[in-house]
Amino acid sequence: MAAAAMAAAAMAAPAPVFKSQTIELPADAAGFPDGPNVKAVTQNCLACHSADMVLDQPLLPRATWAAEVTKMRNVYKAPINDADAALIVDYLAATHSPP
Amino acid sequence: MSAPSRRAMLAQAGSMLALASTPGLAATGPEFPFPGGNGARPLAKDFPQKGSMVLQRSRPPLLETPFTDFDSGVFTPNEKFFVRWHWSVIPTEIDPASYRLKVHGQVERELSLSLSDLAGFERIEIAAVNQCSGNSRGFFEPRVAGAQWGNGGMGNARWTGVRLRDVLDKAGVKSGAVAARFSGLDQPAVSEGPWFRKSLNIDRARQPEVIIAYAMNGKPLPMLNGYPIRLVVPGWYSTYWIKTLNDIELLDAPDDNYWMKTAYLIPDTPHADIKPGQAGVTMVPINRMVPRSFITNLGAGAKLKARANATVRGLAMGGDCGVAKVEVSADGGQTWSDAKLGRDEGPYSFRQWTAKIGMPAAGAATLAVRCINTKGEVQPDKANWNPSGFMRNVVERLPVTVI
Repeated sequence: MAAAAMAAAAMAAPAPVFKSQTIELPADAAGFPDGPNVKAVTQNCLACHSADMVLDQPLLPRATWAAEVTKMRNVYKAPINDADAALIVDYLAATHSPP
Repeated sequence: MSAPSRRAMLAQAGSMLALASTPGLAATGPEFPFPGGNGARPLAKDFPQKGSMVLQRSRPPLLETPFTDFDSGVFTPNEKFFVRWHWSVIPTEIDPASYRLKVHGQVERELSLSLSDLAGFERIEIAAVNQCSGNSRGFFEPRVAGAQWGNGGMGNARWTGVRLRDVLDKAGVKSGAVAARFSGLDQPAVSEGPWFRKSLNIDRARQPEVIIAYAMNGKPLPMLNGYPIRLVVPGWYSTYWIKTLNDIELLDAPDDNYWMKTAYLIPDTPHADIKPGQAGVTMVPINRMVPRSFITNLGAGAKLKARANATVRGLAMGGDCGVAKVEVSADGGQTWSDAKLGRDEGPYSFRQWTAKIGMPAAGAATLAVRCINTKGEVQPDKANWNPSGFMRNVVERLPVTVI
């Protein structure tokens, strides 16, 4: 594509300088609010992501939350057992579903 | 002409509100007007090498550019550039001396390139918008799960690096190669989880604008934006712009990894638009971007003077080509007039625009802006919908008060 070739213009800039870098990431800004089975939620979900990932979602029906938990287990391989998975879905349905 | 009040400018689209000035305190951020609510977000100031950002998620980091920052110019400052990682195990330490980019698979010669090796290739500079596939997802109706971005999951930078094609040529791509697969230093939080890897078919990978970038806006990439190198795929969504790029594998068959075959798919329909629950839809990997435009100098509820010209300013992008025209409206999109385009930074860049538009009599009014790209595509008047919340580019509307 001619336009693309023209956009990518060769430069006479100085060579890049790379320095060693170390960063420290901040702690999670929020935890899970109280609710039924919050312990199972905290013990499982926080292993891979902070609570705001869940809390920022729109209110979702129980079936959608169940599908999300299934996806976390089957696709992302979160080691959540059947009993905890059910507890987590109950928490999400109770605290973050449409009335 | 009515200049927007300072208050109106601060009350940016989605009410960008009071910044807490005390370090360490959670600052109030925007309240996005998402359908059904839950749009309030804090501002985070404690992410390394980043300024004040809208906190969408602490871990893995998901940081949105506060929309007011887009009014400062056509390039997004590095410290305000959005951040998005898929897995929580992300690189926090880079030793440039031992960093290597491996090129392997269907190649004549496997490569293990140091950063100095890379610096030896011809240097290329290109301005390009990097936009998350799900930018603006929070505005989908019905709502869908995923990162609940406002409109700030995007940014524009001048990227410096080397052509991917030149690196591939050095390795010698074998005739049987059909795709190049890219991965970086981020790792699944669970060892069996799918590594975040993305592919371009070989023709796309060889296009001259695709680069391996080591600088953005003339400075090293922030760590959270992929230091020391990332892939830059101008015109395509950022899911392909692999950060901390350390592996390129040439494949002899289409990539069937999860992130290509199952995730990041869009309906193969105009505007990637379907009805909720619609069956029998062919899904394809998301790819090129589409035109968008935004007002950046006024926020929702801005007060503008009746029967006077108001100055409106903003940004536009063509998607995978340049901006041909930007039009603005003061009557919610019934009538349109041309905006004046700013300096052309290339087809993949944001383009700034300004317009003076006549305001009606006192009362509520709706401003609107739309972009027509150089392929003749215009932003749709009706919002698209798909189950993953991808590729939103409906005409933006801004409610204002005429006084």
